[in-house]
Parts: sequence; C-alpha cells; structure tokens
Amino acid sequence: MKSRATEPPEVRTTRATQLSRLVLVLPFVAFLMALGTPSAGANTLTLCQPTAGELSCVNGTVGSRAEPVGDADVTLTRPDGTEETVTTGDNGRFSFEAPVVGEYLLSLDGLPEGLEQIPPEAQFAGPDGTVMVNVDALGRQYVPALTVRSVDYDSSGTSKTDQLLQAGVNGLRLGLLLALASLGLSLIYGTTGLSNFAHAELVTLGGMVAYGLVNLGGLNLWLGIVLTTVICGLVGYTQDRVLWQPLRRRGLGLTQMMIVTIGLALAAQYAFQYFVGASTQKVVVRTFDSFTVGPVRLSYMDVIAMLIALVLIIGVGLVLVKTRIGQATRAVSDNPALASASGIDVDKIIRIVWTSAGALAGLAGVLYALTISNGIRWDTGMQILLLLFAAVTLGGLGTAFGAMLGSLIIGVVVELSGPLGAPGDLKYAVALLILIVLLLFRPQGLLGRPERIG
Amino acid sequence: MDTIIGILEAMLRTAVNPATAGVVIAVIGLNIHFGFTGLLNMGQAGFMLLGAYGFAISLDQGLPFPVAILVGLLAAVLFAVLLGAPTLKLRGDYLAIVTISAAEIIRYVGRLSNLSEYTGGSQGLRGARYQEPFINLSFLSEDGRWTLPPEGLYSWLPSSMWAGETGGRILGLVVLVAAVAGAIFLIKGQRNRQKELKPGSDLPFAQRLRTGLAVSGLIFVAVIAVFYILPLTLDQTKSNGWWVRLVAWSMVGISLLVAMLLVRSPWGRLLRGIREDEDAVRSLGKNVFALKMQALIIGGAFAAIGGMVYVLPSTVQPDNMGRSMTFFIYTALLLGGAATILGPLLGTLIFYPGRILIREVADAYIPDSIMSSSQTDQFSFIVVGVVLMLLVIFRPQGILGNKRELRFNV
Repeated sequence: MKSRATEPPEVRTTRATQLSRLVLVLPFVAFLMALGTPSAGANTLTLCQPTAGELSCVNGTVGSRAEPVGDADVTLTRPDGTEETVTTGDNGRFSFEAPVVGEYLLSLDGLPEGLEQIPPEAQFAGPDGTVMVNVDALGRQYVPALTVRSVDYDSSGTSKTDQLLQAGVNGLRLGLLLALASLGLSLIYGTTGLSNFAHAELVTLGGMVAYGLVNLGGLNLWLGIVLTTVICGLVGYTQDRVLWQPLRRRGLGLTQMMIVTIGLALAAQYAFQYFVGASTQKVVVRTFDSFTVGPVRLSYMDVIAMLIALVLIIGVGLVLVKTRIGQATRAVSDNPALASASGIDVDKIIRIVWTSAGALAGLAGVLYALTISNGIRWDTGMQILLLLFAAVTLGGLGTAFGAMLGSLIIGVVVELSGPLGAPGDLKYAVALLILIVLLLFRPQGLLGRPERIG
Repeated sequence: MDTIIGILEAMLRTAVNPATAGVVIAVIGLNIHFGFTGLLNMGQAGFMLLGAYGFAISLDQGLPFPVAILVGLLAAVLFAVLLGAPTLKLRGDYLAIVTISAAEIIRYVGRLSNLSEYTGGSQGLRGARYQEPFINLSFLSEDGRWTLPPEGLYSWLPSSMWAGETGGRILGLVVLVAAVAGAIFLIKGQRNRQKELKPGSDLPFAQRLRTGLAVSGLIFVAVIAVFYILPLTLDQTKSNGWWVRLVAWSMVGISLLVAMLLVRSPWGRLLRGIREDEDAVRSLGKNVFALKMQALIIGGAFAAIGGMVYVLPSTVQPDNMGRSMTFFIYTALLLGGAATILGPLLGTLIFYPGRILIREVADAYIPDSIMSSSQTDQFSFIVVGVVLMLLVIFRPQGILGNKRELRFNV
C-alpha cells in the first residue's frame, strides 16, 4: 500500500455547474483547503464537527479503525446532485459536511490493488454500489461503514491462505480461553453431575470485576487480573458453600439443580445490567500494541493471554494427574460413593473444584474482555456459554482433558468458518452443528467412555 | 388510587395479550415434554420460532392460510425428529444441550442478512407482510372499537355501579371473590369425596360433569367480573384488537382440551411411566424411544402453534424467541405446576402480569435516585430469576402440582 502520509487530503469539486451551487460550495471547499494545507507533515484530516440545528457531519474510516485504507477516493453526492471527493490519508479517515437534510450517497474508488469494497447492507445500499447515508436531522454525526476486503476473498489465492492462517491463530486464541473457562464447567459436571448454566456468568463476572478494579479503581492491570482471579475463586467457593452444598444435602435432583442454575444465570445477567448498565465496558481504555508475523497480526495482549491460558491449562492437567488432590478429584468424578468409602472427603474436593472453577472462569473472563471481545458486557458470557457446553460435550462430558481438546477444536472451527464462507453469526451455529452431528456417531464425546452416557 | 388502577390495568392488558396466549400454548407443549414425559427440552423457543417463521414466510410468499399453518407445524415436527433421533436414546442432559444449541442455530439463521428477503434478518419479519389473510378472516366489524364488558350487560344498574365506576369496581370485586371462593369450594369438595372412595375407582361421571360445568361457569363469571372492575377498550379487528385475542385465547382453550385428552389417554399414562421408570415401561414391551419421539413431536407442535399466535399481532423477531423465552416458559410451567392440566395457563397468567406488577410497583413507589426506570425493568427480571430458583428448591410442584408425582430425574 502506497503511503501518502505527509500529503493533506485532496478536495475537488466536480459537476458544480450552476452558479448558485458554486457559491454554496466554494467557501466550504476553500475552508477545507485552508485547513488542510498549512500544517505540512500532519496527516490528520480536519474532522467536521456537527453544530446543533445547522450542520451534520458524515465522518468515518475506509477499512476499519484497526486496518485503515489510505489513498482511496471517497466521493459524496449531496441530495442536490453536487459531488465532493476526498482522498484518504494514512489513517483512512474521511469527513464531509452535510448542511441540509436528505439522502447522501458515498462511493469508494481508487482502492489500492487487491482490495474491493464490501457491498453495504440492504438498508444502506444506494444505487450503483454506493452507500446511502440518510441525514434525517442537523447537528448529528453520521458514521457510515466503508469496509473493504481483498479481491480474491472468495477465490483461492495466497491471501485466502493468509486469512485462514490468521483465523487459525484467532481460533487458537479463542480455543485456549474457552478451555480455561470450560475446565471448571467440566470438573463441576464430573464431580457433581451438575450442568451449570450459570458458569458463563462467572466468566462475565471476571470481566466485570476487572472493569471495576482496573478501569474504575485505577489499579495496575496485572494486579487487577490476579485480584479478579482471587475474587472469582472466592465467589465460586461461596456459591458452593451457600447454595450447592446445602442443595446436595437436601437431596435435590440434578434436573432441579440445573433449573436452579438457569434461575441464577437469569438473575445474575440482569444484576450485571442493573449495576453496570447494558453497554460494553472496557477493562483498559488504551489499545494494546500489535505486531505481525508473516500474514498474522496479533496484539501483545493476545500473546500474553494465550500464554497464561496455556500455562494454567497444563498446570491444571498436571495437578489432576500428579497430585493427591488431583487423584482424589478424578476419583470423585469416577464414583463419588466409592471415593467417599475410601476415605476421600468428597465435600472438600467439590469445594476445591468450585473454587478453582470460579477462579479459572473469572480469569478467562478478564482475558476474553482484554483480547477477543474488547470489553465486557452483561451478555458476554452468555454468548460463549453454548460454545463452552459444545466444547465440554465434544470432548466428553466430565472429562477435564476432553474439555481442553473440545475447546481447542470449537475455537478453531468457529474462527475458521468465517473465512470458509459462513456469514455473520453463523460461525457459532457451525460449532453447534458439529456438536449435534458428533452426538449422532460418538455420543460419549471424543475422550469419553461409552458407559458414561447411561 | 389512580396509580393502583393504572398498575392493575397494565397487568390486565398483559394478561389478555395474544403474546401471552401464545406462550401459554408453548408452555402446554413443554408440559408434555417435561412435565409428563420428563424430556429436558431446552429449546422450546426454537420450536416457537420455527412455527412462526414457517407460518409467516408462507403467508408472505402468498400461500393460502391453512397451508401456512401446516408449513409451520411441519417445520416443528421435522425439527423434533431431527433432534430426537440422535439424543432420545441418550441421557437427559444430552437432549438439553442439543435442543438449546439447535434453537440457537435457528435464531442465528433467522438473523442472517443474506436471508433478509425472506426472514427480515435481525430486524424481523414485519407483521404487515403476513397479517392480512388473518385479519380478512375476521367476522367482527372492520373498524371501530369495542369495550368489554358491553354496556348492555349493566345499563340497567344505577350509573355509579357501571363498569369502571367506583361502585361498579366494588361490586365486581365482591362477585370476583365470591366466584373464585365458590370454585375452590366445589373443587375441594370433589377431591374430598374422591379420597373417601377406594383407590383406583372414580366418582360417577354425571357427578363429575356437574361439578366441572359449575366450576367452568364460576370461572367465566370471575373473568367477566375482572373486566367489570377494569373495562378494556380495543380495536375490533385491526392487527392487534379483539379479533386476534378471541382467536388466540380460543386456541388456548382448544390446546388445553387436546392436552387433557392426550395425557388422560393410555398413551398419556405411558408417558408418565417413562418419566417415573423408563425400564419398567420397556419391560412391558413398549417402544420407549418411539413414545418419547411422539411426545417430543406433539409438544413441539403445540410450541409451533404458540409461536404463530405469538407473532400474529406483532412481528417475527428472532431475538424475542431466544434462550430467555425458553427460560421464561420453564418458570411459568414450574410456577403453575408441571404435570397438571391447568398449570401452564395459571403459571403464565401469574408470570407475565406478575413481572409487570413488580416493575410498575418499583417504578411508582421507589424513588428514581435509588432505582431508575430502566433499572426497575432489570429488577423485575432479577426477581424472576430468584423466584425460579426458590420455586425449584422449595416448591418444585408449583401451585397446582402434586409433589409425589414430580421426582423428575431425567
């Protein structure tokens, strides 16, 4: 991509044939040029600022904020037919003034080699592939999307491979974080038989607590992550002590307990909305620096998150295999009555499982909010709950190592299905579809044993 | 006083809403799944959504009305077969995970922008695109409004005793309390007489019929009394008037009747047998898998009809029939009482207006500085979640249920 970082945005007017129009447009053009020219070396376009009742603005970025496209020509056609063209700078920004109410059309030309515009969604589509901006009031800011993709998006060129590589790495990232969260879900299922529908709310809680500590409280990020993990562990412990242990003592059936988790999930989701609001909250305001390896682009936070997840997953695996507590946990998963008879304190093991499940889910929530979802919302956890269940079932219900394997598969499948042709949210559906198909042929999951399915 | 009347009116409007009727029918379907057969179907909203899409898209594409209903039903039946085939032989939680996943897939597909020509995408399919054939069926007058109760019913009373007046409200309340008390008295008396009999034998048919008719009459009087206290004026036909309510609640009545006949048949007894002890039913030579599949299909078909009724006055919006809807359906069922005939109706009629009650009371009496108006809405949902938990822990049989019948361990 050719860089034109130091050049001011070009403004030119065409087809302004009528004198009246010229009179209207000229001062505006002069104004823009005057703003654009003097500051040599600055690559910023002067953004139009809306004035209440007088002026609306059509601002935006060609490409995306993360990957702007420079040197592209954006042409605005006003309701009266006049046109104005801006060539984007390095930051991909364009900015137009919209002094009257009406339908404005944006078209995108002169894209660098190999890129093409993604056609706008139906409700924004104007004639001839333009993007329609309906300026319905003055004094507002309108931000139309001019997104691009590579031309060989659908053909099998090199950049297709690049996309798949990037998606594969993203999938690994999602898979590792899913594994972190699903370990607890799987362990709880293994030791108590409970399908915990409120597990995702522990993930959301992690993000929320980190938002409170780091963003609102101003705590150091790393300290915040550690503290969040501890707090979520305590929440897991308290949940078991206050709710699940008494219910087990009462002899409440597993089905009823599962419905209790649904009630808890519902209450927790709306409690998040009640206290934090319905919008996305950022754990940290700044964005993390990123780097590229070949075609793959990652932020440093991505790498750190993946490493943390990997280390913890291996750690939990080692604990399960090597230590006495791990052995006891697996014994309880296998047969609680027998474990109890051979002197294992089943309640204590379950309490440890709940505590670590809470901590792992909370940590996964923070890392998820920092990397993948770029913020936390009341339903962030709910959105991945089914992926967690799919991962756990895929690997084999109640087997910790199955949960890890299942998570990685689900993560990669979800991210790869986008470039492979699944539009929009359907990538989640693909993961669920794989789950259903797998149950047809191997209901016990990949690592489960047949007798577990009853 | 005006605030209280306002809250009660909001509750009544919610209670008679066609959407509420649609949910009642879906709850009846879930009752066949979960209450009677013990199937843990976590995707009831998906069945509703499929029914609604099948119905609305067919009408939008110009198919005749009865065909559209059939398409909706067929979609739900196919969905049930598809989901049931791999999972009904496995342990219950597999069915739960598969149904909830499949319902989400339906919702994701419905939201796709590629299909928005048919489904309307994430905006949903607007009602104007499919409502007309239904509205044209109406035998009520096309324009104009109508009030329940009609004036002819009370015009002979002094004007202070008319519907909606203070005197009328007191009169209505007295009648309402008397009718409800009478109905409860009759039912209790019937139950006591039944207890004195030898187990397994029934009271004479004529006697049961008499009590049944008397109770139905009293309930009818009670409903009229409710509207006498709070008269309701709506369009006669239009897209969201009396016509759609008449059809919706008639469908509820038919569904209740069909469900009652089904679960009291030998087939219904087999379903309960499966819920209590699958192996015992199998040892009698019955095909448990086929029975479960039949239950899944029939309950799903109820949900599909519920979905059609749900979208009749509004739009087919996929997000309205997501996971939360399934959870609300469960709450309503458990509130009313699983494995009872009238539980679904009672549960839904308490659940939806109850949530409105919580929200409106919080809105009216808690100052904004403590709870803003959007927070009162969220507060009402927190209460719903907590009620669901407490209900399952402390009264799993709900209001009408029988505790001995409900040990559902699937």
